[in-house]
Amino acid sequence: MRPLTEEETKTFFEKLSKYIGENIKLLVDRPDGTYCFRLHNNRVYYMSQNILKLSTNISRDKLVSVGTCFGKFTKTNKFRLHITALDFLAPYAKGFGVAAKTTQECRRVDPMSIVVFHQADVGEFIRNEDALT
Amino acid sequence: MSNMATASCNVDELLAQAERDEAEKLRSIAVDKELELEFDLGNLLACDKNRLETRDFTGEEKHDFLRSLARDNTQLLINELWKLPTERIQEAVVAKLPEPTTPLPREKPPPRPRPPTKWEQFAKLKGIQKKKKTNLVWDETAKEWRRRWGYKRAKDNTNEWLIEVPQTADPNEDQFVKRITAKKERVAKNELNRLRNIARAQKLKVPGMGLTPVSRQSKDDLVRAASVARTSTASVGKFQERLPKEKPAKGTGKRRKFQPVIGDFSAEKDKQLELLKMMESKRPKLNVTKAVNKQMREDDREEAAARNSKRGKQAGRKGRRDNAAPGKGKGKMGARGKKAGGKPQRGKPSGGKKSKPGKR
Repeated sequence: MRPLTEEETKTFFEKLSKYIGENIKLLVDRPDGTYCFRLHNNRVYYMSQNILKLSTNISRDKLVSVGTCFGKFTKTNKFRLHITALDFLAPYAKGFGVAAKTTQECRRVDPMSIVVFHQADVGEFIRNEDALT
Repeated sequence: MSNMATASCNVDELLAQAERDEAEKLRSIAVDKELELEFDLGNLLACDKNRLETRDFTGEEKHDFLRSLARDNTQLLINELWKLPTERIQEAVVAKLPEPTTPLPREKPPPRPRPPTKWEQFAKLKGIQKKKKTNLVWDETAKEWRRRWGYKRAKDNTNEWLIEVPQTADPNEDQFVKRITAKKERVAKNELNRLRNIARAQKLKVPGMGLTPVSRQSKDDLVRAASVARTSTASVGKFQERLPKEKPAKGTGKRRKFQPVIGDFSAEKDKQLELLKMMESKRPKLNVTKAVNKQMREDDREEAAARNSKRGKQAGRKGRRDNAAPGKGKGKMGARGKKAGGKPQRGKPSGGKKSKPGKR
């Protein structure tokens, strides 16, 4: 397990910024504790400082996972984001719906066209459990 | 009468003045202190443990007070120095100082215990104890006690006039020379190990693999030594030709150094935040509104041009455009509009527009 190098951090942050934009600093600098990213077997894990210190007591070959896995670096050093990162990205992601038209076009649009598709939000399934068949 | 009076007054005055001067002189040498000072004449040190009034330090006359205090103490110290035995060296009277008594603290930190050598580590690991050896050994050939090593040692084979050629050896090999070279190699190896131990103790660097010969040099050692030799030219080995079957050495790349797992967390955080800031500044700030407006104007122009040409070519033909799932395509671009920018909305919005006159 080791911290990410400069280039690895750069690729990783660029990928994250595609989903959460500038809010990466809210992941890096948290008010409720020091969290950090560590690389283990080409996978990036996000964990708190206490967990990190505990995990150093486990040998490398026996350590499977620490904290939450955000994704992995492929053989050609590209970063692939995993679904396990969703819990951390969701609060900072932009929008619930998917816009069908741009803001400018919304102004010139005819009354019958669709502007935004609301696909689902977190919890809708549970809220409307009775209504859904 | 009055003259006599003034004269006598003057005389009295003078006498009084002289007395006062004498007292001054004596006072200047004699200093009265409650507690005697402690002297360490070896270090020319005088410790004054008398009580002080803080108001002397804080008042307006503190400079005078400090000066007089310093003068008194220095006077006492010099009085003590005058009591020492003196000797005369080249017309100068010199006092012989006694040994200093105050222990001074260390200037530099105490030396760290040196790290164990390779042999010491191995011996500790295996539990090998040091065996006390006798100074003299019985030499059978000379029938006397000789020292274990060194001049006129017990088993000295350097002056042997006959060496048997062993069965396995090449008959044309010079055994004497072989013995001498083996000894040289052993000495060189020992020297190298000694230097390595010192380097490890002081964390210095020692020339790398293959350069200092060891008796058993493996193939990689030789290859590495050859590659080091090749790169030790002015052009760092760029113009050195290789022999026909010479293969390049493996493992010549720089060893990567990583940060420790538990390093300085705040420093790591700062570095990451700086990186983010830099990335933010480098990203071209796209004014989405402007870009979208521009794109839409272009599309309108194209559309107008196409319509004019179409009117010329196909009069009355309904140009229905297939709008299957335009929303999803636009949707994807809408959500990532900030990054993707205005450009990707190329064909689709105009496609939407074209459908309207078609529908009507």
